[in-house]
Amino acid sequence: MRALLPTARNASVYTVVIGLAIVWIVFQLLNDNYLSARNLSNLLLQIAVLGTLAIGMVMVLVLGEIDLSVGAIAGVSAATLAILITQQGAPAWVAILAALAVGAAIGLLHGTIITAFGIPSFILTLAGLLVWQGVQLAAVGDGGQIPIRDEFVRAIASTYVTPAFGWVLAALVVLGAAAVRVVTRRRRIRNGLDVPPVSNEVVAVAATAVFVGVVTWVLNSYFGIPWVFVLVLALMLGCTVLLGGTSFGRHMYAIGGNREAARRAGIRVKRTTIIVFVLISAIAALAGIIEASRQFSASNALGGGTLQLNAIAAAVIGGTSLFGGRGRIYHALLGALVVGSVQNGLDLLGQPAAIKNIATGVILVIAVVVDALGRRRRIARGATD
Amino acid sequence: MPAVTPETGGRAFEPGLRPTLELSRVTKRYGQVAALTDVDFSVSAGEVVALVGDNGAGKSTLVKAIAGTHRIDGGEIRVDGHPVSIGSPKDATALGIETVYQDLALCDNLDVTANLFLGRERRRAKSALLDSEGMESQAKAIIADLAAHLPTLDKPVSALSGGQRQAIAVSRAALWGSRVVLLDEPTAALGVAQTAMVYDLVRKLRDRGLAVVVISHNMADVFAVADRIVVLRLGRNAGEFDPLTARPDQVVAAITGSDAIGGAA
Ligand SMILES: Nc1ncnc2c1ncn2[C@@H]1O[C@H](COP(=O)(O)OP(=O)(O)OP(=O)(O)O)[C@@H](O)[C@H]1O
Ligand SMILES: [Mg+2]
Repeated sequence: MRALLPTARNASVYTVVIGLAIVWIVFQLLNDNYLSARNLSNLLLQIAVLGTLAIGMVMVLVLGEIDLSVGAIAGVSAATLAILITQQGAPAWVAILAALAVGAAIGLLHGTIITAFGIPSFILTLAGLLVWQGVQLAAVGDGGQIPIRDEFVRAIASTYVTPAFGWVLAALVVLGAAAVRVVTRRRRIRNGLDVPPVSNEVVAVAATAVFVGVVTWVLNSYFGIPWVFVLVLALMLGCTVLLGGTSFGRHMYAIGGNREAARRAGIRVKRTTIIVFVLISAIAALAGIIEASRQFSASNALGGGTLQLNAIAAAVIGGTSLFGGRGRIYHALLGALVVGSVQNGLDLLGQPAAIKNIATGVILVIAVVVDALGRRRRIARGATD
Repeated sequence: MPAVTPETGGRAFEPGLRPTLELSRVTKRYGQVAALTDVDFSVSAGEVVALVGDNGAGKSTLVKAIAGTHRIDGGEIRVDGHPVSIGSPKDATALGIETVYQDLALCDNLDVTANLFLGRERRRAKSALLDSEGMESQAKAIIADLAAHLPTLDKPVSALSGGQRQAIAVSRAALWGSRVVLLDEPTAALGVAQTAMVYDLVRKLRDRGLAVVVISHNMADVFAVADRIVVLRLGRNAGEFDPLTARPDQVVAAITGSDAIGGAA
């Protein structure tokens, strides 16, 4: 909405984008196949789950909380899905809704306990991690995994939009972006506010069109846009509107920025906190469904390992603050792209998991240091957050 | 300044009726500390009451009790004569009571407009979406009204000076207050010109028919703006003065307890 020029506020975004560009160039120099349509398409499939979890993580971080149990919630959700489909013979849509509902219920429980007793979310969700991993192990049972044969569920993470329809989607995205600018501009003029020159708006829309066009063209030159990527983008869009365009989102930022000020302004802090935990858990459940679709099964390892730490890393690397009150939904995608690009590149070079973990950890430390330095600068200027 | 006593009112607003806000025998404890003991306090429509006292006298506690951030442990609060229970800031704002807190209650990560409308965001017609443009334009008008010098309205308030932040807090109270406005040391961080502006605004609010309570340590300001001066000492009433007849040293004596003057409670 603001000018295109880098300002203090979005400077960090440029840092991340430049970092991503460097990662891509380095890996491309090391391996010719890195920037191939095939590998980029794979990259998008690989970061779908991470990106989904990171979207939820951005929301709790903005609120000034954290959730360490999202991986385990994804695991429980996937197990629910597989049990209902494979063992109970339920239709796919029933199983999917049930898996999402289980996630939402877990979030309701977390949020209620956190707000009722004033427990740090860090501790409660750490306990939740243990509990839900236990539930996942018990639910999946001795076999270690439950296969999923349902065609629809399997299709979620392994089918592509036809190239023609891909172009239609791309056109819709560009038209939507243009429409938002036009509407915002009209509303600003009607309210007597200053507006950027028309040329800026045209350039911004043109840049969006070129970017979307290139992405679509690259993906169409392989199998097309993965459906799961469309799903993640739709989720991003919904959450972006929620955070940036509604009073609920505004209240989330207020609580993350200054809890007491939010309370004094009459914001229902507890209710908002509970709802956000319901949302992040439902989103984690969605991530579990996507991962089950990728693996064609629900295993007892699904959602485990470094996945949820990577989700926090992705949110923070993308530019969301660990200290609350600062973050945007697109940070999730940006951060997931950085983490995914590094891991994918190291995979291509045949590096072991050890190196991938170390690399992700180092990037996370860099991102957190940048975050902390920014916070220190703000405090030095007299801010009290 | 018209020469009237607060008891007879004298402004254009229902003089002689019962006070807009009335506290009787209010008590508040923080654990072992008795911050307020049997405090009586009242303020009427179209009246500015200055609440004075030494550090720790209980002024902020009294304000927070009225504003709903702290519950009182005993006593009664009446608004327009009706007993009310103020259990949360929402209860207070619903009664038309607005507060500028001594420890400013702004969200540093939000911009000026967002802070002005915090908790009361405007929505677009028939939708859940924020009316950002409408709020920004209204915020512009309010800030211009206060003649506060703010660089931009769309920067996080963490980028503003202490005085600018205070101006925002005062504007917010002025924007939403419909019955009572409480200002806890609103000019503590302000320069000479901005202080004069805030007291100008206080008079405007009074002339609009609001009941205004101002806390300040500056006797000159207190005498310049108040219609009545209420002194608290160690959490108890320690006297009430009419600025037209009382002398500053009498008020100071009541504040410090160094004289037998006062004790009108
Ligand atoms: N949150 C709290 N917890 C415990 N004690 C408190 C708290 N807030 C205030 N007090 C105590 O209550 C008493 C009254 O404090 P209050 O803040 O109301 O004083 P004040 O008159 O506003 O002083 P100042 O002029 O310094 O602002 C003091 O003794 C203080 O130590
Ligand atoms: Mg005080």
